[in-house]
Amino acid sequence: MLTKRIIPCLDVTGGRVVKGVQFLELRDAGDPVEIAERYDQEGADELTFLDITASSDGRDTMVDVVRKTAERVFMPLTVGGGIRVVEDIRRMLNAGADKVSINTAAVFNPDFVREAAERFGSQCTVVAIDARRVPGENRWEVYTHGGRKPTGIDVVEWAARMESFGAGEILLTSMDCDGTKDGYDIALTRAIVDAVNIPVIASGGVGTLEHLYDGFTKAGASACLAASIFHFRQHTVQEAKEYLREKGVSVRL
Amino acid sequence: MIAIIDYGMGNLRSVQKGFEKVGFEAVVTADPRVVLEAERIVLPGVGAFRDCMQNLEQAGFVEPILKVIADGRPFLGICVGMQLLLTDSVEFGLYKGLNIIPGHVLRFPDGMEECGEKLKVPHMGWNQLAIRRPAPIFKGVEDGANVYFVHSYYEMPDDESAVAATSTYGLEFCAALWKDNIVATQFHPEKSQEVGLKILKNFGEMS
Repeated sequence: MLTKRIIPCLDVTGGRVVKGVQFLELRDAGDPVEIAERYDQEGADELTFLDITASSDGRDTMVDVVRKTAERVFMPLTVGGGIRVVEDIRRMLNAGADKVSINTAAVFNPDFVREAAERFGSQCTVVAIDARRVPGENRWEVYTHGGRKPTGIDVVEWAARMESFGAGEILLTSMDCDGTKDGYDIALTRAIVDAVNIPVIASGGVGTLEHLYDGFTKAGASACLAASIFHFRQHTVQEAKEYLREKGVSVRL
Repeated sequence: MIAIIDYGMGNLRSVQKGFEKVGFEAVVTADPRVVLEAERIVLPGVGAFRDCMQNLEQAGFVEPILKVIADGRPFLGICVGMQLLLTDSVEFGLYKGLNIIPGHVLRFPDGMEECGEKLKVPHMGWNQLAIRRPAPIFKGVEDGANVYFVHSYYEMPDDESAVAATSTYGLEFCAALWKDNIVATQFHPEKSQEVGLKILKNFGEMS
């Protein structure tokens, strides 16, 4: 049986892992390669690096981080942030990434997703969606530029469109929940899981192990992404998985 | 020396680093002559079957691969590199493979369910191996071990005696092949942590 995945997410800027609250107030969380090795030992199922600077200098640093990590850990690595052209993807894959996640560039040029999927395969083409609830309504809007700019695009329609363009996976971040530690946006995640036939990674808001459980069971996510509960050693990945197994979720231990 | 065939498809660095980690020298090569000289070869592959096969042909790798296999040298196919060993694949049309192991590559059907849950395609993540035969790459690997998969197409060879392990995702499919000096995995040993590194080490030691 396919197991549910736990994916620690490392937000990287200037070669350091940081963690913010709703994309602001950054705290230093350590060296990315060291943290990646720790999660590898704890039994993480994949790792995701998000380059939150995404300037051209920042990307060179990121390539270096990916290269060093891929020399030491033998698990799937996803890299996102500032992936805008085919050459960006090629550089990350050559450095040792297995998947890239495309966010803002997909909104401005949806054909880029198609091009990426045709060139490198759907299996390495993740579309990241930053979603925010439309106040007072039961729908969500796509945001770009690290969650700063609204687009007017409906998240459910967008996810289905990205699937049809060849995305192999959706990384769905609730910006309302990100950094709050109040749990994933279950209604949002469930809506996307039901709308597409590709795996959905829930992201944004994990504060307790129960939130992971809810992400898998209530929202139906294939994978749960989390940052601060692991970075600041509130829990190890191992503890999270033991908890989930105890509650009947199929995980790899 | 292990030669990893570079035909423009996929992340070869991880495979190379994996072999180095377990003590084997491995080169990534785009030169068919290097493949002909290699002690053992690895055919990785990500992306579409059709593109992989076309690139393999255009780069002149088909003859060298057949020669290495006919000589009895160890061969490891990974993911699409395993699928290419079969007769054909239905990915984006019907495309011919190397036909070294007769059989077909098919797409996971839509609408599969497991325990009341709709199954997503691609099959992406960690799943268990059911080891059917003691292939050399499985030395020290436990039945039921978790390995990392990412694929939308699966295969089952016509002659099931070539199957070394299966896995289940809505249906039972071939997770590893073993026929004489040929071994191949649908999963990614280079991404399967300890278990995967053990498989790479076993391949390096396979005679």
